[in-house]
Amino acid sequence: MARELQLREAIREAMREEMRRDDRVFLMGEEVAEYDGAYKVSKGMLAEFGPERVIDTPISELGFAGIGVGAAMNGLRPIIEFMTFNFSLVAIDQVINNAAKIYQMSGGQFNIPIVFRGPTGSAGQLAATHSQCFESWYANCPGLKVVVPSNPYDAKGLLKSSIRDDDPVIFMESEQMYGDKGPVPEEEYLIPIGKADVKKIGEDVTLVSFGKIMKVTLAAAAELEKMGIRAEVIDLRTVRPLDYEAVVASVKKTNRLVVVEESWPLGNIATEITYMVQKRAFDYLDAPVLRVTGADVPMPFSRPLVDAYLPSVARIVEAARAVLYI
Amino acid sequence: MPADIEFSKETYLFWYEKMLLCRRFEEKCGELYTRQKFGGFCHLYIGQEAVVVGCETAIRPEDRVITAYRCHVHPIVRGMHPKFVMAELFGRTTGCSSGRGGSMHMFSKELNVFGGHGIVGGQIPLGAGIAFADKYRGSDLITLCFMGDGAVRQGAFHETLNMAMTWKLPVIFIIENNQYAMGTSVERTSNVTDLYKLGCAFEMPSYPVNGMRCEEVHQAVADAAEHARQGRGPVLLEMRTYRYKGHSMSDPQTYRSKEEVEEYKAMDPIETTLQTILQKQLATPEEISGIQAHVKALVDESVQFAEESPLPLPEDLYKFVYTQPDYPFITE
Repeated sequence: MARELQLREAIREAMREEMRRDDRVFLMGEEVAEYDGAYKVSKGMLAEFGPERVIDTPISELGFAGIGVGAAMNGLRPIIEFMTFNFSLVAIDQVINNAAKIYQMSGGQFNIPIVFRGPTGSAGQLAATHSQCFESWYANCPGLKVVVPSNPYDAKGLLKSSIRDDDPVIFMESEQMYGDKGPVPEEEYLIPIGKADVKKIGEDVTLVSFGKIMKVTLAAAAELEKMGIRAEVIDLRTVRPLDYEAVVASVKKTNRLVVVEESWPLGNIATEITYMVQKRAFDYLDAPVLRVTGADVPMPFSRPLVDAYLPSVARIVEAARAVLYI
Repeated sequence: MPADIEFSKETYLFWYEKMLLCRRFEEKCGELYTRQKFGGFCHLYIGQEAVVVGCETAIRPEDRVITAYRCHVHPIVRGMHPKFVMAELFGRTTGCSSGRGGSMHMFSKELNVFGGHGIVGGQIPLGAGIAFADKYRGSDLITLCFMGDGAVRQGAFHETLNMAMTWKLPVIFIIENNQYAMGTSVERTSNVTDLYKLGCAFEMPSYPVNGMRCEEVHQAVADAAEHARQGRGPVLLEMRTYRYKGHSMSDPQTYRSKEEVEEYKAMDPIETTLQTILQKQLATPEEISGIQAHVKALVDESVQFAEESPLPLPEDLYKFVYTQPDYPFITE
């Protein structure tokens, strides 16, 4: 029986192990050192690695994101923490124009082995600017990889792979998952970037999701089970590259697909999956693909509106029944 | 700064030859661009040459250089044969960025040229990050981070100066103040027009420098390099210079007078340096002629090389995007 760790502990363990393994790896961000991390992800790391490798920054996301990219150009392997990816918007020039582009623009001379990590999405009643999902924004950009784990085991294995990756990786967590516990083995392991995980095998309908909303999706699958509907549940784990094969293979079996995602609907990951499924599995579909997403509005503050905005078990169950015509 | 400090014959001849090479090379670029031999943008450095050569003689070859989009000359001054820059302008696989970067993105890892960057001010945090890595490793290398006067109005500049000073990073910020951000004069962009003073807000040693004279550029950068190498942190230098040509090739230059341009051409750094060489008898007129002929040959060779070099193949579209060799690109 593997021990249980919180998601924040699994992420911390991944960073610690990689920093012990490779002295080119360092952690930089707001409150990561003396405060022990805004969400205590980096707790104790300053004490272990010292201020040269666990570095507090001023509130200057654009500046320190770019300093990270420059350090990566010059042989280091930075982990840049955004307190949330909402704040990455003021740094997005450095992520999109520099981290994602310099390898190509330099004709392959300068690769950027960097990880930008932090929480994404909503986290309670934080209103419009602190509740956003940019997974599809970053995933849209060639040159980046985008990893969105849903549990402690995946987070550790995927973060270790991300830190060792020679390309820039966006690694998106959730405030609402940091306390989640799950089994994490003592022994070292890596999870490859770009491989989805089938969380539950079923024959009736495929549910695809990733990140925090996996919790809701799995709860919905349990509800469906009670109704005698056996859903296959796929956790994408990575949204760039995206494991289309896993989704298509499942749809060929179930003939029905619901994609669940927290972000706004236009041009999101669900849209992309829907495109690829109609392209590769058109003749296998017995119903239109449905998606359950965040509402097409900025996230409001008040509780009933938050609940109305987010994908819920009820909405997922309803969508699954709709594609099953029951 | 004493203008009559003694520099060696080699230094003067390096300055003269490299400045002349940059000038003739870029004149050729302008001509070829006008003849539509290559596409993209084309921002010429003509007029500002004393800055780049004065910096080069004040630092070590292993030191790092990063700049903005007016970047044709930086690799050449660092020792690159200009044919690789010309080939890049022509979009050839032999270009210094393999035809992926073009005019605004000249790179050479071998020569410690960390690019050519097209987003105004975007290279400033990178420069500090490059210096961060050298300090992290405990080396005494320094980074020269070039930018134009337009870039100092970007947030990235102020954020980076603050962190570089707080962390005492070995970086020298070099503002090439050619007085116009595209068509907008420095006076029209801020109440603060002495740009070096912007460093003072962070208590960074910050100085104005006559960027039309190699001697003064060299001395200021040598002092700053010594400071940074000793671990005492960054320095900001405002090189006061001028570009004779428009911001880019499509600039009608309605924002300044012909008289103003002529005024600066009268203090042309190449001409000034040549006069000093002749006055000090550091070279004979024959030797100067030899340099001029050599420069002309290099430029001619560059054009020929670029024209004869292969274009990338369409199937190489996906090259250099990821280091991962089997990255699954979306192609449907």
